[in-house]
Amino acid sequence: MTRVLIVDDHRLFRSGVRAELGDSIQVVGEAEDVDTAVKAIAELQPEVVLLDVHMPGGGGQEVLRRVLGAGSQVRFLALSVSDAAEDVIGVIRGGARGYVTKNISGKELTDAIRRVADGDAVFSPRLAGFVLDAFASSEAPSIDPELDSLTQREREVLRLIARGYAYKEIAKELFISVKTVETHVSSVLRKLQLSNRHELSRWATARRLV
Amino acid sequence: MADQKTLAEPRADRPFRRMMRPMQGRLVGGVAQGLATQLKLDPVVIRLVFVLLSVVDGVGVVAYAVLWMITPREPYEGRSPARDWSQLSAFTAIGVALFAFGFLTGASQGGLGMLPFAVGGIGGLILWQQADPERRKNWVSGATKSIRGNRVRTLLGVLLVVAGGVGFLVMEGRLQEAGQGLLLTAVVVGGLAVVAAPWLAGLWKELQLERRERIRQEERAEVAAMVHDSVLHTLTLIQRVAHDQREVTRLARAQERDLRNWLYQPAQDADATLAAAVRRIAAEEEDAHSVPIEVVCVGDIDLDAHGRLAAALKAARQAMVNAAKYSESPSISVYAEVEGETITIFVKDRGKGFDLDAVPLDRMGIRESIIGRMERHGGTARLRTEPGEGTEVMLTMKVDKQ
Repeated sequence: MTRVLIVDDHRLFRSGVRAELGDSIQVVGEAEDVDTAVKAIAELQPEVVLLDVHMPGGGGQEVLRRVLGAGSQVRFLALSVSDAAEDVIGVIRGGARGYVTKNISGKELTDAIRRVADGDAVFSPRLAGFVLDAFASSEAPSIDPELDSLTQREREVLRLIARGYAYKEIAKELFISVKTVETHVSSVLRKLQLSNRHELSRWATARRLV
Repeated sequence: MADQKTLAEPRADRPFRRMMRPMQGRLVGGVAQGLATQLKLDPVVIRLVFVLLSVVDGVGVVAYAVLWMITPREPYEGRSPARDWSQLSAFTAIGVALFAFGFLTGASQGGLGMLPFAVGGIGGLILWQQADPERRKNWVSGATKSIRGNRVRTLLGVLLVVAGGVGFLVMEGRLQEAGQGLLLTAVVVGGLAVVAAPWLAGLWKELQLERRERIRQEERAEVAAMVHDSVLHTLTLIQRVAHDQREVTRLARAQERDLRNWLYQPAQDADATLAAAVRRIAAEEEDAHSVPIEVVCVGDIDLDAHGRLAAALKAARQAMVNAAKYSESPSISVYAEVEGETITIFVKDRGKGFDLDAVPLDRMGIRESIIGRMERHGGTARLRTEPGEGTEVMLTMKVDKQ
């Protein structure tokens, strides 16, 4: 049973998600803005927080900043209608362990929550595409080559995610275990969060303005 | 003063009319305003002339009195409106100051020495006039053109003040007292600057505010148009076809795509680059077959002239059509990638798949439209499918990167 808190400013959406989640998920509470979210996380101690990106009072990134900044170990899965690179990259760099869009099916969302609860990362095809794009445009010299580039294997995994493969299918395709796939994705997530290529944020912002 | 235009304009079409003294907006007796209307001038100018003439031997006062006696009052219903005391006192103060100044320097006794002084006075008065709160409001809410005109006027006022001050010095010819005169000029200009500075700052701020407000309004209008033209339309359509689930989904998807493009995608020519073209094709096929098609693009390239990319796009479209029509997959994934000089397009479904060898030779879809087309243009097409395992088409094409 995974304990989940839903943070979203749309009441209809919250109840929709609640109804769709599988039996293995226990929704312990809901919050509708940054302040109530921070309070609810402290009080209810959920394992996973489903976090909306756009909310009154600073949005998902503000929740991440305040909760993770205080040293909490709670895991976040960003859930948004936005497909903008800026939002996706922003919330991942803010500390979320995954990003899915709101049109995800209930079953997929349940899987994603379980995966995040287990400490793995959840990449939607689009997020994978963004990461490939962002790390490909690396003309500037990197400061930390380990963090600033993807390995060949990570690239392969991301490409398969972008092509619409599920983790299990990726494992089969690359003759590796699902666990290894998860490790690769987590490693990409770490790079995404820790790489101090300011290029990454700049890329995300610029993408909107092209 | 705010109403000077409304007073002057509605009657402007009558060619010859008697001069009247309006009650609305008058300062003393309405003479200056009436005269201004008659001469189609700004009442400020007339008032300044009166003030200046009054300082010079009191001619202005006499002229005003005569005009006041011979002009009838304009009929006005209701209680007579209050005078703008702040303006009146401003004019009075300026008049007194000018008189005192003129008396001290002897300029009001006539002579050429008075001329630059008068010029300076007019400039100062114009500046002072600008500072009236009612007028300020009027300008800010008015068109940009009039604001620009007033800016020119402000500049003109400052120039006149300086010219008047300098001219005064020269005319008096008092070289020894030049320092003193300069000091005087500096005091006049400085004083005016002190008077005008907070107002100028305020006006600038208000201008910025107004501009921002206008931009916001334009944006709001654009959003309203967007919501009205597409979203409301779609919602109406959805209500009409509420019984047809596929159609509802299709409409909702199409609208969502529209909105997303509008919100997040840069405005791009759908036929200019590969990614844009792939998105467009996917959108069209999604619309045609009511199956969601998720598109992810990495990198991008301008479409080439020799039609190789166009061939790849046609093959990709055929692959999407096949997946949408025959696979029974709930959704289709399309992934387009540009890496160096290679472009790759994947079209994947999770449908029922099929046995490639069992496809009859005359089925043109895969063999001709996809594989054959790609090979004719120097690319390759690979197909992976198995019954029950879905289908994935992989199209590769080499291009010369510009």
